[in-house]
Amino acid sequence: MSPATLEQLVEAVRAHPRVLAVGAGTKPRPAAAGDGVTPLSLRALRGIVEYEPDEFTFTARAGTPVAELAQVLGERGQYLPFDPPLAAAGATLGGTVAAGLSGPGRWRFGGVRDFILGARLVDGEGRVLRVGGKVVKNAAGFDLPKFLVGSVGRFGILAELTFKVFPRPAARRTLRLEAPDAAAQVRVLQACAGGRWELEALEASVDDPAVFVRIGAGEASLGPLVADLLARVPGRELPAAEAEAVWAGVAGFTWAHAGGALAKVVLTSGQLPAFVAWVRAQEGARAWVGAGGNVGYVSLPAGAILAFSPWPGMLLRGRGPLWLGPRHPAAVMTAVKRALDPSGRFPGLDD
Amino acid sequence: MSLPPDPSRIRAALAALVAPEAILAEGAALAAYESDALTAFAAQPAAVVAPRTADEVIAVVRWCHREGVPFVARGSGTSLSGGSLPVAGGVVITLNRLNRILRLDPAERIAVVEPGVVNLAVTQAAQPYGLHYAPDPSSQSVCTIGGNVAFNAGGAHCLKYGMTSNHVLGLKAVLATGEVVEFGGASREQVGPDWTGLFVGNEGLFGIALEVTLQLLPRAECFHTVLAGYATLEQAGDAVAAVVASGLLPGAIEIMEKLALEAATAAVHAEYPPGCEAVLIVELEGPREAVAADRRRLDEILAASRPVEVRPARDAAERLAIWKGRKSAFSAVGRLSPDFIVQDGVVPRRRLGEALRRINAWSRETGVRCANVFHAGDGNLHPLILYDGREPDGLRRAEELAGRILRMCVEMGGSITGEHGVGVEKRDYLPVMFAPEEIHLLQRVRAAFDPAGIANPGKMFPAGGAPALVHPGLHPLERAGVISRS
Repeated sequence: MSPATLEQLVEAVRAHPRVLAVGAGTKPRPAAAGDGVTPLSLRALRGIVEYEPDEFTFTARAGTPVAELAQVLGERGQYLPFDPPLAAAGATLGGTVAAGLSGPGRWRFGGVRDFILGARLVDGEGRVLRVGGKVVKNAAGFDLPKFLVGSVGRFGILAELTFKVFPRPAARRTLRLEAPDAAAQVRVLQACAGGRWELEALEASVDDPAVFVRIGAGEASLGPLVADLLARVPGRELPAAEAEAVWAGVAGFTWAHAGGALAKVVLTSGQLPAFVAWVRAQEGARAWVGAGGNVGYVSLPAGAILAFSPWPGMLLRGRGPLWLGPRHPAAVMTAVKRALDPSGRFPGLDD
Repeated sequence: MSLPPDPSRIRAALAALVAPEAILAEGAALAAYESDALTAFAAQPAAVVAPRTADEVIAVVRWCHREGVPFVARGSGTSLSGGSLPVAGGVVITLNRLNRILRLDPAERIAVVEPGVVNLAVTQAAQPYGLHYAPDPSSQSVCTIGGNVAFNAGGAHCLKYGMTSNHVLGLKAVLATGEVVEFGGASREQVGPDWTGLFVGNEGLFGIALEVTLQLLPRAECFHTVLAGYATLEQAGDAVAAVVASGLLPGAIEIMEKLALEAATAAVHAEYPPGCEAVLIVELEGPREAVAADRRRLDEILAASRPVEVRPARDAAERLAIWKGRKSAFSAVGRLSPDFIVQDGVVPRRRLGEALRRINAWSRETGVRCANVFHAGDGNLHPLILYDGREPDGLRRAEELAGRILRMCVEMGGSITGEHGVGVEKRDYLPVMFAPEEIHLLQRVRAAFDPAGIANPGKMFPAGGAPALVHPGLHPLERAGVISRS
């Protein structure tokens, strides 16, 4: 089932007692519907509804591939600064919001939650509701657009999304900074994070330890910025092709095991050594650290089950519970679920 | 809801929950809590309690929940939308005594603070580490983080850095049901629904934040602040559109209209180019190399926008003087008139010029004076509507103009509020922006957090109990020049 219009989507929701919206399937675990739940593909509900380049905002249907958006925005020198991941694999805008996933660019200006302005959603009763707004600043009503980020379709189906965008830096440079072990990585990450350079991306590799930095600015200021950073932290600038490969690998999780488990865990930079130790203790595990040490991604080989994490996490691919690690369940969470989906048409928060 | 218990019984019951000095005395001491910065409204609470610990706050909220007594949390009372207006006969919980910075971690660049910590105090504590807290509402020298969180406060630098919600990583709160919850944490990333994001901007309708984890940013290395004067407001508006469209990303883009310029000149001896109907302030910030490059482009754009004069700040003192004039403008304009109301609507940025023209035409047509001082880069208007409350229909005429402006903002695809919140002031305009079933959705979410409707009732949603209109005027702190509106 693949509705192509809002009306068809409403019809489809009302026609099934239990449904879950799915996009391109690039994050299969949160999109795994479970027994008796009808998967509702939103891939046909696609296309840009409104784009005002001078306004730096757009509204697009949930099934729009983020790669298509990047293309259209790029023609006007604009971009979604949080680098929606898995673009090359076909990730949709709705799936990116529902999974709450941001790429390396989230370091400078914030993640998907910081750029979403509004949404049209279909609630559990099949009502089409607008939340948030279409302008860059809006404080009217509760911030439900932000709440829906990471909500994995448990409260409603995202039909349309409005985002703000930023001017894309004219040029970029990528540096590989020396940080041979986890302790050194913490030092380099924190030095870079507190520095004057306004870095676009700040990531750390685990298998071959190093820190990767991307700087975006006007062509003229990039040279001096790169030289200054390299004078403080040893490393080298990567040639364009190598840099492109690094960021494509990060955005596409190409470093992870094909067919294995992949999970996102929430960290602070000081926890990186503990994260690395935890990864190394698991047979065949691979990992990557993003957002200046605020997020870790861990991958296990095909067949292995990722069932536990010392930090709050979410399983993106593979078998195991959707949510990992410590949580703070509250009665209000169930109450909000009932408020948006009284008949339980969408899976529960813990399903 | 049944009538709240007798005030003396409420005070006696609260006295058993908190230290005796936490219950503010009756009489004159309570008068200060009858209004916030939206002085057109006032209501008399049964009791004002000033807890010193989070446990005391929790105990008071749980008692209110048990007894069905409405409560309003309050910081410094700077809300411009009447967000901390008391409920008559209810309890005001003032949080100024919960003012400790619990943790400041320069390596992770976060601060964990209690709700009564003043906004500017966070930046002051972070300064020795080269860090700052980005949201900077004009009342930042007195407004509290708890209030900023409740109303998702903005400021002049939202253009690049966003609002309060973009800087709150996690929080601990007591909900109206008495449940204590922890949302988010110390990380800039999270998994699962964004409960923190939902809580920020709840306008006090969900509960009270007890601990808030804030992200701190490195202070920009270099600033370049330019003031440009224009013969017409429209030219200033066009210059904003040109700067925004150019691909530059300034930290702030602000406009002040003539009336505000005159007032700021009188109040804080600000100096502006003569013969200007409007002044534009643009601030670039970032690494010195990037600012130097952007500065050349900005100069070109401004030169092409036919300004009367362009004055770049030559040093830090001149930059501060520009911001002092800007941030004092509201209270300064207030001095030109016995009373005023501040609007907070948002229009798409490309329609700024059109919006300003229409507001000015309405102002001339109705004879209601109106000055604009606003966050132009965000399209966030702050028309300041002047009136005299002693004139029989003064407030009514001012509110009529305000209503026309809000409707225009929505018609243009904008919002009734960019950063002040709906509060009591704009609650009747929520239906202009949202359909009945969308408002019903918001009400259902509210009821999930507060089934009894005791947390700040009468705000955000239309047709609550009508609060009493009183004779308006400057907020006492505003009169003293401590705070200002924007």
